[in-house]
Amino acid sequence: MLLEMKGITKRFPGVLANDGIDLEVEEGQVHTLLGENGAGKSTLMKILFGLYQQDEGEVLLRGKPLSIGSPSEAIDVGIGMVHQHFMLVPTLTVAENVALGLKSGRGALTDLDAVSKRINEISEAHGLSVDPSVEVWRMAVGERQRVEIIKALYRDATLLVLDEPTAVLTPQEVDDLFVILRRMTDEGRGLIFISHKLHEVMALSDEITVLRNGAVTGHTRPSETSREQLAEMMVGRSVKLVPDRPHVTAGEPRLVIKNLEVKGDRGTMAVEGLNLDVCGGEIVGIAGVSGNGQKELAEAVAGLRRAEGSSHIMLNDVDVAQLDTRKRRDLGLGYVSEERMTDGAIGEFSVSENLILVDHGSEKFTKGKFLDFKAIREQGETLVKKFAVKTPSIDTPVSSLSGGNIQKVILARELTAKPSVMVVAQPTRGVDIGSAEYIHSQLIAQRDVGTATLLISEDLDEVIGLSDRIAVMFEGEIVAIIPSEEAERDKIGLLMAGVFDS
Amino acid sequence: MSDFFTVSVLVSVFASGIRLATPYLLASLGETIGQRSGVLNLGVDGIMLLAAFGAYYTALKTDNLWLAVLVALLVGLMVGVVYGLITVSLHAAQGISGIGIFLFGLGFSDLLFQVWVGTPLPVPHKLPKLSIPGLGSIPNIGEALFQHNLMTYGAFMLVPAVMFLLQKTTFGMNVRAVGENPQAADSLGVSVGRTRFMAILLGSSAAGLAGAALVLQGGIFQANLTNGLGFIAIAIVYFGAWRPLGAMAGSLLYGMVNATVVQLKVQGTIPRSASDLASMAPAVITILALVFLAGRVKAPAALTKPFARH
Ligand SMILES: Nc1ncnc2c1ncn2[C@@H]1O[C@H](COP(=O)(O)OP(=O)(O)OP(=O)(O)O)[C@@H](O)[C@H]1O
Ligand SMILES: [Mg+2]
Repeated sequence: MLLEMKGITKRFPGVLANDGIDLEVEEGQVHTLLGENGAGKSTLMKILFGLYQQDEGEVLLRGKPLSIGSPSEAIDVGIGMVHQHFMLVPTLTVAENVALGLKSGRGALTDLDAVSKRINEISEAHGLSVDPSVEVWRMAVGERQRVEIIKALYRDATLLVLDEPTAVLTPQEVDDLFVILRRMTDEGRGLIFISHKLHEVMALSDEITVLRNGAVTGHTRPSETSREQLAEMMVGRSVKLVPDRPHVTAGEPRLVIKNLEVKGDRGTMAVEGLNLDVCGGEIVGIAGVSGNGQKELAEAVAGLRRAEGSSHIMLNDVDVAQLDTRKRRDLGLGYVSEERMTDGAIGEFSVSENLILVDHGSEKFTKGKFLDFKAIREQGETLVKKFAVKTPSIDTPVSSLSGGNIQKVILARELTAKPSVMVVAQPTRGVDIGSAEYIHSQLIAQRDVGTATLLISEDLDEVIGLSDRIAVMFEGEIVAIIPSEEAERDKIGLLMAGVFDS
Repeated sequence: MSDFFTVSVLVSVFASGIRLATPYLLASLGETIGQRSGVLNLGVDGIMLLAAFGAYYTALKTDNLWLAVLVALLVGLMVGVVYGLITVSLHAAQGISGIGIFLFGLGFSDLLFQVWVGTPLPVPHKLPKLSIPGLGSIPNIGEALFQHNLMTYGAFMLVPAVMFLLQKTTFGMNVRAVGENPQAADSLGVSVGRTRFMAILLGSSAAGLAGAALVLQGGIFQANLTNGLGFIAIAIVYFGAWRPLGAMAGSLLYGMVNATVVQLKVQGTIPRSASDLASMAPAVITILALVFLAGRVKAPAALTKPFARH
């Protein structure tokens, strides 16, 4: 047995995050942890990696009891971790991020040339393309994830924890990753894998342990179960995996994008002369491989990124291309960012404060010049209940919520503002299936009452499941628009990869 | 005004500008390292005062300038240990802890001066000028650039050294990482505490040297000798966008403006009594520069944030 965790218990103020959890991982196997947002998966893994100390329970590695006081001790015994929230230093280059904490071959001096060389070898061997000399802040989310994986591969971990590594990857990238992971288990390494995507869990796992409310509620193998059964074990009720999407006749165009040109972080054009309409009562989904300008498109429409002078973004017939975010919001724009911690929520603020962040000035939440704390609390209580946000209280700072629950807070806020046009980026990234089901139903309910929704998601199933029309984006342009009736996974996949002649 | 723009006056203003820039440069280089690691040390001025007194007293008693500089360095190091214990080991808020160090340095250096020295005596020897063979005898340029004391040469040579330290060494990489995202550094086994502690020690040692440069160039100690110089050094770090070259540019700006003000007073162009008014000039320039730079350069993301694991 490679790893045994016995009776692990961990309490946070007001939360029993882990409640006597047992977990065993064999060499050469993929052991999946499955559970709702806030079930305690990341907490258990952070204990293993020495980031948290358990209150009770013990950890044995190859039969030997182990006390892991810090990440460096974990790394020393061969434990690696790819974290759910990126553990990268944005101002450092890829090579520097990888080299952090490692002994340098040149003593006190950094040895970045040698590190870069090995990064290139690893990225070539595993198909994880990155440029070691680029600073991380310039990279798209999908690229950053690759850096995280390279960091762990570089350290040659024998037990590797992957906390939702696929949340930001495209289907093709996921397939590639699974090949890498399989190769790693063939070499005898043990993997702990966390994902909310059931088809991935079914495809990759050898063993599956299900957690709910901090305790183990089930144990199974892919051969003995199905996606539906897994969903039920997790949530405790049956879950609809594909959303119902009643037919609605689309109305007038509400968001009209003409000749949109946007620069990326590297100063080159990321969106090049893009044209797109989104009508009331319609969801238009953008399908594309990460880094083809989707992020820049969303940010330009939201007003977080400058559109070049010749661009037009018509929001209900007003050109907002050069207006600030406040004015865009006043004209009826809602925005759910893919960067939830930096653009969507304020970590130190409480749940209820985050829930009114965009209309803290509105009459609903003010009395004269002052905030109306009673109304704010009521709004907080209501939305937390409605969106099933798992939090000890509405006064808890958002930063201590689990990943999926932060996303729910942002969505709850944006959806209740009843926007006329809504830009939604990666709405269910890292969200458990029970909540994803709810978020999907809310997005469709918004559409049914006439909201024009621009959906950007790297989860192709989500795009196909929710969209009335699917726009495929490649190298900053829309290369095809496909009505939902004609949407086929494979055809879209090819278009996303830039293969147009079939 | 016209007699300001003669070659000999300009050369001497330039030379004293470089000399006056020395304590600013030493202090701001040290503070740059500290802030890059995420630690703001508002106690720089206090450290400088304590170290300046240490250097002054040693020079007064032994007439050994090397020993005086060494004492100042050790004083800086010692206060650094205290500041490190408070802010890194005990996770105390940096702002108020630094102010505490400043107030302690201000009061205690004066107390020691009153008790041990009393009447202000000049040190037997100030830092001697050292003309660099060959270069020092170039007309005008030699006098402006190559006839300085060892601490001035040393301070300017520290600029590339600190650049090298931050960019090319493992320690410097760790400093940048813990100042930007300490969680990430921690997750890779970089000790955030140790890195920040070391950065604080380097910073406070440099502040100690700055105190020595100030007092051994001037030759005499008095209460509040620094007159806020340490705080200006902190402003210079912001002005210089947390880069060693920026710190050098800022320090030179202050040195030059100070030298110009002194010269104009000597000539009687501005009244001697207007000292406060005149020394305001660089502060105003700094504020304007900070406003201009706002949003263009980012402070280290974890600056002033204590780090602790659960
Ligand atoms: N640092 C912390 N302080 C306080 N509470 C915390 C902290 N970290 C986690 N929690 C709480 O512990 C519980 C478990 O969180 P954890 O992050 O382990 O969930 P998770 O299973 O990883 O969920 P997700 O799928 O959303 O990532 C949650 O209720 C969360 O709010
Ligand atoms: Mg998690």
